[in-house]
Amino acid sequence: MEWLNWFSRPENTKPLALLIFFVTFVGIVLYVYGSKKRSKRLESYKDIPFQDDARDNKDDK
Amino acid sequence: MAIATYSSAEQYNFDIVKKFAIMALVWAVVGMSVGVYIASELAWPFLNFDSPYFSFGRFRPVHTSAVIFGFGGSALFATSYYVVQRTCQTRLALEGMASFTFWGWQAVIVLAALSYLMGYSQGREYAEMEWPIDILVEAVWVSYLLVFVGTIMRRKQPHIYVANWFYLAFILATALLHTFNNLAMPINLFSMKSYSLFSGTQDAMTQWWYGHNAVGFFLTAAFLGMMYYFVPKQAGRPIYSYRLSIVHFWALSFMYMWVGAHHLHWTALPDWTSTLAATFSILLLMPSWGGMINGIMTLSGAWDKLRTDPVMRFLIVALSFYGMSTFEGPMMSLKEVNALSHYTDWPVGHVHSGALGWVAMISFGSLYHMIPKLWDAKLYSTKLVEAHFWLATIGILLYIIAMWISGITQGLMGRATDEFGNLQYSFVESVAAMMPFYMMRAIGGAFFLTGVLLMVYNIYKTIRLAKLEEAALEARLASKMVNVGA
Repeated sequence: MEWLNWFSRPENTKPLALLIFFVTFVGIVLYVYGSKKRSKRLESYKDIPFQDDARDNKDDK
Repeated sequence: MAIATYSSAEQYNFDIVKKFAIMALVWAVVGMSVGVYIASELAWPFLNFDSPYFSFGRFRPVHTSAVIFGFGGSALFATSYYVVQRTCQTRLALEGMASFTFWGWQAVIVLAALSYLMGYSQGREYAEMEWPIDILVEAVWVSYLLVFVGTIMRRKQPHIYVANWFYLAFILATALLHTFNNLAMPINLFSMKSYSLFSGTQDAMTQWWYGHNAVGFFLTAAFLGMMYYFVPKQAGRPIYSYRLSIVHFWALSFMYMWVGAHHLHWTALPDWTSTLAATFSILLLMPSWGGMINGIMTLSGAWDKLRTDPVMRFLIVALSFYGMSTFEGPMMSLKEVNALSHYTDWPVGHVHSGALGWVAMISFGSLYHMIPKLWDAKLYSTKLVEAHFWLATIGILLYIIAMWISGITQGLMGRATDEFGNLQYSFVESVAAMMPFYMMRAIGGAFFLTGVLLMVYNIYKTIRLAKLEEAALEARLASKMVNVGA
């Protein structure tokens, strides 16, 4: 369990945390904006609130 | 994208949504009335009547609990149950449990208010409830999680709409925060009194980890869920960028957890913790403004709605206040600014620009959109909505401007020294200098409350007319049936 001591030193954990979080953030951004096909699919979800408009139209009457 | 098949015969559970929506308005009136009263106590201290039951110290948590948990919480239960059903295109799961969340939550608010008036308090800001009430909150919250997740699991729409992500993050984070912040040992099983499991700096750190994340997840993420559904619906156009909403969600959820320690600058807290919290607070500006821009840009190409639709105005002005307070917050988290602002009225003004400007305004806009749909009616008066909007906006401005001036004056008076290095002003001199601003704040609050009373009247008339119309329709149908029978 000696290796766990490595994590107790801020000079190790700070750059490690930065690396993990930065890579995760870049990963999310690449996933979201990286592919045209995926972008199109993701953007299509914005219409979900309007997909039960039939009910709204009925309500508005 | 797979389009879900939607049967118009599908019925949603709107009964629970209606109950929560009505109670949101009831608690808005109660909580904001108490707020105006305690603001008046500070301006005109005779209102304390030398009685502990009327004192600011007991009424203050009644105000905060009634507006945050009573009004805000009920509005969130109502809108989350509405949004999750409509975007998942399915009926609410576990209806008995959903009903328990309603009665349990209302009991929590009533019991909390009574216990504060009787003098019971944990002394933890926004978590003053003593342990028996905390256990009830836990039971309600776990039920809420099960109902919400259960509904998502039976969805007919393959994708989970982003508003539900925000609601779910709020439910999960609040469960975590509530549990750990309230770890306490009762002095005995039949006593309300308990002591925190933490002590000293750790206790303060836990409290503010809870306190700021209550702002982050209860008062921000959850209301962003509201925004991501009701802004597009009221505007009649989809959200500006769905991809931005994804980045917004993950960045916001990740960053909020780290910032609580900025409430403890210049204390016994280790300096690195303070710096870490300030750094994340500054970083938070980016997702916060990303979300604000996403909401406001939804109106791109339809800006005229701001002139013609007062409900839309509530929603967009809410986003503007969200942008403003999420700029002000990171600025106040800087240690040098905090040295001036902390322990003054400035944070009180900051909290209210978020609570009134963002939370209350987005809730009003959403409730104005949702309530007519729930009762299958048209809003009784858009003129009253317009009047409500202006009363609310003027009220907020009076409130926050008063607190800015008062807070900065307090900060400057507190640090002013004479030529010998002695403090130039006594504390009581700073209190005397605050009096005009305390009056201004009470008047601002009264404006805001008047607007809420107009809303209650408008909603009452809307529901009443809807019921009358329904009764008339039923009577016509019945007479037709009789005629056909004859």
